[in-house]
Amino acid sequence: MLSRDADSLYWLSRYVERAENTARVLDVAYRMASMPISYSGLETNEWESALITAGGIDDFRSAYDEATPENVIEFLAFSEVNPSSIRNSFDTARQNARSVRSALTSEMWEAINSAWLDLRRYKARKIKVEDLPRFLNLVKEASLRYDGSAMRTMLRNDAYWFSRLGLYIERADNTARVLDVKYHVLLPQDAPVGGGIDYYQWAAILRSVSALVSYQWVYHQNLRPWLVADLLILREEMPRSLAACYGALSRHLDDLSHRYGTSGAAQRQARATHARLTNRNIEDIFQHGLHEFLQNFLADNNRLSLAISNQYLC
Amino acid sequence: MAARAIFDEMNGHDGRSRHAYRVLQDWLKSAPPQLLEHRREEAELFFRRVGITFVVYGNVEAEERLIPFDIIPRILSGEEWGRLARGLEQRVKALNLFLKDIYSQRDILRAGIIPPELVYLNPYYRPQMQGLNLNSNIYVQVAGIDIVRVDDQDFYVLEDNLRTPSGVSYMLENREVMMRLFPELVGMQRIRPIENYVDELLGTLKSVAPASSPWDPTVVLLTPGSFNSAYYEHSFLADRMGVELVEGRDLFVRDEMVYMRTTEGPKRVDVIYSRIDDDFLDPLVFRSDSALGVPGLIAAYRAGNVAIANAPGTGVADDKAMYSYVPDMVRFYMGEEPILKNVPTWRCREQEALSYVLNNLHELVVKEVNGSGGYGMLVGPHATKEACENFKARVLSNPDNYIAQPTLALSTSPIFTEKGLAPRHVDLRPFVLTGRNGVRLVPGGLTRVALTEGSLVVNSSQGGGTKDTWVLSE
Repeated sequence: MLSRDADSLYWLSRYVERAENTARVLDVAYRMASMPISYSGLETNEWESALITAGGIDDFRSAYDEATPENVIEFLAFSEVNPSSIRNSFDTARQNARSVRSALTSEMWEAINSAWLDLRRYKARKIKVEDLPRFLNLVKEASLRYDGSAMRTMLRNDAYWFSRLGLYIERADNTARVLDVKYHVLLPQDAPVGGGIDYYQWAAILRSVSALVSYQWVYHQNLRPWLVADLLILREEMPRSLAACYGALSRHLDDLSHRYGTSGAAQRQARATHARLTNRNIEDIFQHGLHEFLQNFLADNNRLSLAISNQYLC
Repeated sequence: MAARAIFDEMNGHDGRSRHAYRVLQDWLKSAPPQLLEHRREEAELFFRRVGITFVVYGNVEAEERLIPFDIIPRILSGEEWGRLARGLEQRVKALNLFLKDIYSQRDILRAGIIPPELVYLNPYYRPQMQGLNLNSNIYVQVAGIDIVRVDDQDFYVLEDNLRTPSGVSYMLENREVMMRLFPELVGMQRIRPIENYVDELLGTLKSVAPASSPWDPTVVLLTPGSFNSAYYEHSFLADRMGVELVEGRDLFVRDEMVYMRTTEGPKRVDVIYSRIDDDFLDPLVFRSDSALGVPGLIAAYRAGNVAIANAPGTGVADDKAMYSYVPDMVRFYMGEEPILKNVPTWRCREQEALSYVLNNLHELVVKEVNGSGGYGMLVGPHATKEACENFKARVLSNPDNYIAQPTLALSTSPIFTEKGLAPRHVDLRPFVLTGRNGVRLVPGGLTRVALTEGSLVVNSSQGGGTKDTWVLSE
């Protein structure tokens, strides 16, 4: 297929996934902020924390004075100066979708187009904080609908694989950043278990990747920080974990190399990173430093995105 | 021509139903009164849904660009189509021979049939095409010839579109809608299919591939991009043909060969179905400020390593002055009398014609030779005395730049309105394909209809709509 079309599909999926991730981050901030002070911890500003998690705190500071709920919502959901705001993400997604219209199924197109039309009805500043959940639901449902229609209606060929690659690169990036921003609350195994504050912080991490209930199913025990990290980094059965994302990335890159009859740097890098994730245990990771591990992972993930781009998309 | 009553394609001049429309008329009479209204609403619903696909390619305001669709088909008998098809084939053959000739031997100029300055001073004449031996000898692979009629007998050619004619996607979609909405009516008679157009187009394009290309040449459709008003059609045709829809930046030229950038590396391109104006094809040769084109494309083309359809430089044969010479081309190259008529055209460059035009301005339409879209035009019957005088002065100052034609009483065909059926003026654009193995036509074309009562303007930009066009089997 045309490199430009593959590129459009790749970024289309990345931006839809990014919009959903930003919506999840906002959702957690909203929940935390509406908790009684004694539960949520007074020192942290959840809205500022949302900015750090979603990325773009520097852009924010140059455009706003203070991380008030209204400012953060505007910046993350609607702002035009934030290239990754939910609105900009859907604008970019739709632009990419339009230019590869014939590579999309009509279900996928309709998912993108109707979400884009719905979002246009929301105007920055006009949304009240208490209306936020409804708006965020819309975003999450649009992403689910896009993803579901891709899974159910696309031919399993290179177009499908490129769209999946974009999704998993973006998802891995997001999971790693969520963990990294909160790594200070993920204490080593022998640290004393904190009170309610810690509990809600961990719960927030899990909730932002919709894994709170999954955690219970996998571990059958109370929230423990190293298990939260284990779930989100190493557990292949957890669909947003780094291991699951890299399992899927290697698989789809192999699909491509089988179809095209050649493989390259992208395949090698994905396999190497996947191997690093499957051969580690969480104690080991903590021993060497979670933050360093996540920083290295984010750099690897970026390199893979670049390798995919060089190999196929330009 | 204008003196008689307007010819209606269903009811003729005298209100007696014409044969091709009998089944439709009987069906309309027996249909319960609410049925048509219901189907019209269904059509609207359907198009709103399909409309989504139009919005796809347009912008935010795209909904307004939906072209209205009328549910009453326009019908031609097998005999009428046969005549029309023979005439179209003859005309397009002559046009291809003319282009071959003026870009090589120039016999027709030497024979004094066409004044050389009409060719050489034409803004669409491309000296880069001079002396170039096209492998297929075909310049116009896809032509859209605009046809009107004024009575039972004759078809007139209004315009030859030889550059990047559009509209064929509407022809195909209109048929799809009619089959869904009126299966019982469609089943009552033998309507010749048009769905094979896309196959014929692909076959035509492959047939003109350079001699050096593989047995199954790679065809691409070159579009200016998603902001072009016809992008919907480009994408539709590429999709249906199963070929890549490329923009200039997807192609590059190395060692005079054209490649597209694909996920599997560079892939050789053999045939380009171009929907870009010549001017933008290659910034090294035509407009250097064009970002749409492919640097080096014309060099690859001249080296015979890629085919471009339609060839650059075909516009020289479709302007309004050249139009008036097409019947002469038919006689000169084919030794035949033209089957299709031209609308009588006075060339103001000729003294006798000029004085006729100046004396009869009030009943003529006067046009600039290279004008389009209604600019630089005088519609005599509707113009004030003052406007006529002003225009007279303009014509006199540069007669070569003008032609004049009588105002035509275009035929009508019924459309469905709130008050029932009502006649509206129509034209027809059949699409003529020419490949190495000859001319291919699917029976029909795009019928455009002026939706406003009395209006002669069928352009979609000015309130025109479209209809399905049925050609009946003999």
